[in-house]
Amino acid sequence: MALATSIPGSSNNGYVAAAYIVFFAIVLIYVAVMALRLTRVERDLRELNERAERPRQEEIRREGAGQEGTPSQTMERETV
Amino acid sequence: MSSRTSPPKNGRGLRPLSIVTIVALPIALVLVFFYAPIEAEEGFLQKIFYLHVPLAIITLCGFVIGGLLAIVHLRTRDRSWDLRSYVAIHMSLIFGVGTLITGSIWARGSWGHWWVWSEPTLVSFLIIMLLYATYQPLRFAIEDPERQARYASVFAIVAGAFVPMNFLAVRLSSSYLHPRVLGSSSNLPPKMAFTFLISLVAMALLFATLCSYELTAKRTRMLLKARSRTLGFR
Repeated sequence: MALATSIPGSSNNGYVAAAYIVFFAIVLIYVAVMALRLTRVERDLRELNERAERPRQEEIRREGAGQEGTPSQTMERETV
Repeated sequence: MSSRTSPPKNGRGLRPLSIVTIVALPIALVLVFFYAPIEAEEGFLQKIFYLHVPLAIITLCGFVIGGLLAIVHLRTRDRSWDLRSYVAIHMSLIFGVGTLITGSIWARGSWGHWWVWSEPTLVSFLIIMLLYATYQPLRFAIEDPERQARYASVFAIVAGAFVPMNFLAVRLSSSYLHPRVLGSSSNLPPKMAFTFLISLVAMALLFATLCSYELTAKRTRMLLKARSRTLGFR
């Protein structure tokens, strides 16, 4: 491969820019899709945690109702 | 013989790999545009070479790696290897699309045509891409997960073996219109060769990072589904 002694004309600069832009666009689109999927997984995980926590909170509430205590103490138990 | 899935090692090493990739890509870009000399015949257009050729090499290597991982899956019956094989092929397809687009842009600038059907390297790469384009429809057309993994592995092995054979066939063909990079005809000056090597390493790191992200995401989703089923929600 021979090297240029001076910089040749810039008529092909657009092609070089297009190639690199296309490549980075593909990578960016892929990362964006991954981020969207991750958001969905996080939402599912949050829902799952909430649904798993619900029966436990009800259990705590039932236990709390059976025990003697001030309303503020009951609130404390629910929110913790 | 029943298949099994080894416990997932989720996201291990993902952060250092991502950091190395984020550092390597700008270094490669700086070398391409500020260190590598301008080529006499093609001029500035030759800069596409540092993007297009590493992309093509990583794509073909990814397909072969997918086949090798599929062999491990068939030998061990561990479904995690099938997942790795699937991710390697999936990522290679994305890189392959990039290769075709950047190659077309280069061809347009260099030869004045977007595509040259008489050029064996271009056509053989397209054949490989079309072959692998059938991988996902084939895979997801099978509902039974065990059969799906087994058939996909067989496909990955056969197609993976086709890739080096195809590469050799093109090399042995008489037409050498397509520029050669590796082999006896290579005469890259040291600065260009160094830049090319760094670009290749950066591209390999990007491939590994994206594969790792995809694997982590897939394993997390699988874990989530399994937990949902265990808790009786879905």
